[in-house]
This record gives sequence, structure tokens and C-alpha cells, in this order.
Amino acid sequence: MHGLINRTIQCFVRDTRGPALWSEIAEAAELGFDDFEAMLSYDPALTRRLLGAAAVRLELPQDALLEDIGTYLVSHANTEAVRRLLRFGGVDFVEFLHSLDDLPDRARLAVEDLVLPRLELSEHSPERFSLTVQTKVQGFGAVLMGVLRAMADDYGALVFLEYVQDTPERERIDIQLIEAAYAEGRGFDLGARAG
Amino acid sequence: MNDMQPMETGLRKAADLGDLMETLCPMHVILDETGHIVHVGATLQKLRADLPMQGARFLEVFELRRPRRVTTMDELLKSAGVKLHLRLRGAPETGLKGVLAPLSDGRGAVLNIGFGISLLDAVRDYALVSSDFAATDLAIEMLYLVEAKSAAMEASRKLNLRLQGAMIAAEEQAYTDTLTGLKNRRAMDHVLARLIGRGSDFALMQIDLDFFKAVNDTLGHAAGDHVLQNVARIMVEETRDDDTVARVGGDEFVILFDGLTECAALSRVAERIIEKLEVPMPFGEHLCQISASCGTVLSQSYDAPEAAVMLADADLALYASKNAGRAQHSFFSPQMREAKTGATGAIPAAVEPRHAGKTPPKDRRGQR
Repeated sequence: MHGLINRTIQCFVRDTRGPALWSEIAEAAELGFDDFEAMLSYDPALTRRLLGAAAVRLELPQDALLEDIGTYLVSHANTEAVRRLLRFGGVDFVEFLHSLDDLPDRARLAVEDLVLPRLELSEHSPERFSLTVQTKVQGFGAVLMGVLRAMADDYGALVFLEYVQDTPERERIDIQLIEAAYAEGRGFDLGARAG
Repeated sequence: MNDMQPMETGLRKAADLGDLMETLCPMHVILDETGHIVHVGATLQKLRADLPMQGARFLEVFELRRPRRVTTMDELLKSAGVKLHLRLRGAPETGLKGVLAPLSDGRGAVLNIGFGISLLDAVRDYALVSSDFAATDLAIEMLYLVEAKSAAMEASRKLNLRLQGAMIAAEEQAYTDTLTGLKNRRAMDHVLARLIGRGSDFALMQIDLDFFKAVNDTLGHAAGDHVLQNVARIMVEETRDDDTVARVGGDEFVILFDGLTECAALSRVAERIIEKLEVPMPFGEHLCQISASCGTVLSQSYDAPEAAVMLADADLALYASKNAGRAQHSFFSPQMREAKTGATGAIPAAVEPRHAGKTPPKDRRGQR
């Protein structure tokens, strides 16, 4: 599993629950170290152990943990760069949804060996969408739930999301747009740069 | 009335064209036959919000940097199809790229303009947003890429820094002197501690090169390095495989002889090393001439040997050799400590004169 993904889990625990708990989880997962390198690759078994240990320590079901990680990726100050990169996808939430088809390619443009699952958005009506996640690594859908929820907030849109496990290799998120401009949302200055 | 008609049609045409261009190229200008701006794209106008461009003379708003010396509309029309390098007059100074297409019947021209590489500055300077760019413009993708790549690069840079730190740490933990391939100070300390801990009988010889600084100063560091490598080879050749030969300082060496405490044998080893070191070493067209002073302590001279004490005593013996005229070997004797604390400067008696009468070349004396 790519270091960026492992490191995201690490930073999520560290930034939201503190470094002490992170050390405990790293130990419980028997990583043999407690600092992931963002630009290196790791054995997928390591990531599974890590998520298992984190879910136990944080007393969360696996899906809830993954969703929290997705929310953290977009809304925490330490991951502002990710929020900005996602915001380049569109000027409003619907345009952002449509940009998700390109997300794996966009990610690969930035980091060549970062492989994200294939995403496909279907538009059933101007307010109803569904996002299909094709992945061998179950759980991406749950992370995306968190990302979508936080991005909707970011754009100021009011949405209703539902997570459906279609098959072991296919997850689906049903999205209902209740109001596109429900709140002010957070600004996005093209010329600003995440620190 | 009839005269007015083509002009009205022309104006309407310009307006239609303007609408079309607004969607496709929000950074365009349409010029009339005199070179005045009749229509300007919204994004381009945004760059000079206080200066309405419509009606102004194109070359008074924009400076044409390349091709140069274009001052009239006729000259401007000649550059049709060519990549134009432009600059907005006034501040902020923004570099622009453009291309001109003449309208039919000599009714003017359309110019499309883009930021080129100044995109990043322009987005910041003019607070541009996504809707300022045409849907097909790659500007937003370029901004995305720049940010994404910067973030990835930053992560890689941090990784490199950490790897560099790890490498320095690994070097600090290393046991080998990279220049000579001998053991380093750390390794020597380690072996010495082990010998003492095991209660072995052993000898510790401290060797200091004489006149080495002169080689370094006159022939340079490359010559110095060459000499050190030669010295290392000689020391390894003149000792047994079990002995530990270490470079512990610039031109300071320590040899630990495990199980060898016979004074005569140790003296022979020291003498052979000194003899071989004194053979001039060719370096390019120069000959490097050095020698060495040695001082040795034996573990059985102590009830409870201590590394620091043994090293200090070997050092005293070494300085006795130096004081006695260098290029020789001495065994430590307790009187040397008294000589030192007494600061009499007297040469202790334990020095073993080696081939008496031999002195280093006069001009090199006192270099160390």
C-alpha cells in the first residue's frame, strides 16, 4: 500500500487523538516502526493490521473509522493541500462530483505510483447521483463517504449520502443533492498555496 | 443612408464575433482597421480593471516585445499567425503570449491572448477564478499540477532529508575509516574495551606520523590522502590478521596486539613500520617523505587496566619518542608521568634509540 495512504492513517490518529495513542496503535499493529514515509511503498498486510488496531483503540467500527479518515483528509488544517487539490476539480459540488471520474488519473499525474480505485459517477437526475467504487481493497468507499461529506460542507452544499456494499469488489455511494448553495462554504483562492 | 449600412453590418458583425469570442477566448481583443480595441474579453479587461480597454489604441495598452519595433496597425497585421510576446503596460507587469488573425476585407484583426508561464503569478496578482478561463483552457489543470507536484516534491524532499540524516547516523555508527579502510576510533574503543573486559594480555601501540603536515601543506590534501592510504597498507602488512589497526585521528594510529606482549617482538614490529614508512612515497612527480613515532603500553603493567589510562600512557611514550628526536619507538614507564607532571622537559630514559644518528631532513624538523 502506498506510503501516502499509510501516512494518512498515521496523521489522522496523531492529529485527532494525539501522538501517544498513535504510538500505542503502531505498537499494537506490530509495525516495527512508528513513522510512515509518504513516498515509500508498504506491504498491504501492514495497512490491514494498522486499521484493525486503530479501530480497536478508537472503539469505532471499521467503516466509521474509514469515514472519519476521509473527513479528516478534507477538513483538517494539516491536510489543506488535499482539500485544495480536490477543489481544483470543480467550481461547485456537482462539477466536483463529475470530476471524480478523473480522480485516479489526477492522483497518478501527481504521484505516479499512487493507484486509486476506479470511480464512476452516474447521474440519475440533477439531484440524484451514485458513485461506484471498483476496488480490490475494500474500504475505499467508506473513505470516500467521509471525503464527499466534507467536500459538500466545503462547497456549502447540503447532501444526503448512503453507503451501499454491492459486491466484495464494488462499493456504491448514493448521493442526493438537497440544496447546492445551502451554506456559504469555504473559499477557494486559486492563487493561494497550501503551506 | 446606404453608406451607413455596411458599417452597421460591420459593427453588428463585430458584436456577434465578440459574443462568440467571449465564450471561446475570454482573453481576446478585436481591433478595428486603425488598431483601436473595439471589443475586449472579460478576463483580459479584469487585468486592468481601472482602465477601460475598449476604444483605446491596442499598442498603448500592450507593449509588443517580440517581434520588436511594431508601432503601427499595418506592421501588427504583418505578424499574423506568429507567436507574439506581449506585456501589459503599467503595473503589475504581466508577460503575455498572443496570436493575431486578420479579419477579412482589412476590417481589423482578432488577437487571442494567454498567460503562458506567467499564469501562476497572474492568478495571484489578479485574483482570477475558474470561470475566468475558457472551459477548454488547461490553466486550472496546470495550477492543479503545479500544486500537486509541489506537494509530492516536498514529501520527497523530506524523505531525502531523513535518508541523509540516516546516512550520517549510519556513518557515525560505522567501524571503518572510509579513507584508509582501517578500523576507526569507535571500532578501536570497542575492541580495546573487549580486550580489557576479557582480561586478555595485549599491547597497545600509539603511532603518530612525523612530517605528515608538511606533505599536506606543500603538496596538498590529495598527496596527504595518498600517504595515509600507503601508511595504512604498510601497517596492515606489518601486523598479524588478529591485530586491530585503527586510524584514530588525522595522522594518528593505534594498533592493538592481542596476545602479543613480548617487548622485543613489539619493538621489531615498530621498527619495521617506521623503516617502511620512511621509504619516500612517490606522488605524481613528487616524493613524499615521512616518518613515525611510536609509544607502546602493555596490559600486564596494570593491576586493572583502563582504556583511558592505557591510551594516555601510550601517548606519553609516544611523546617521549618525539622528544628523543622522532622516528623511534618507546615503551611506557611510570617515570614518564613524573617527567610530565614535573614539567622538566627531560627526556625519559625508557626511550629505545633506534639506529642512532639518524635524523630527519633538517628543513623538515619542528614541523610538528
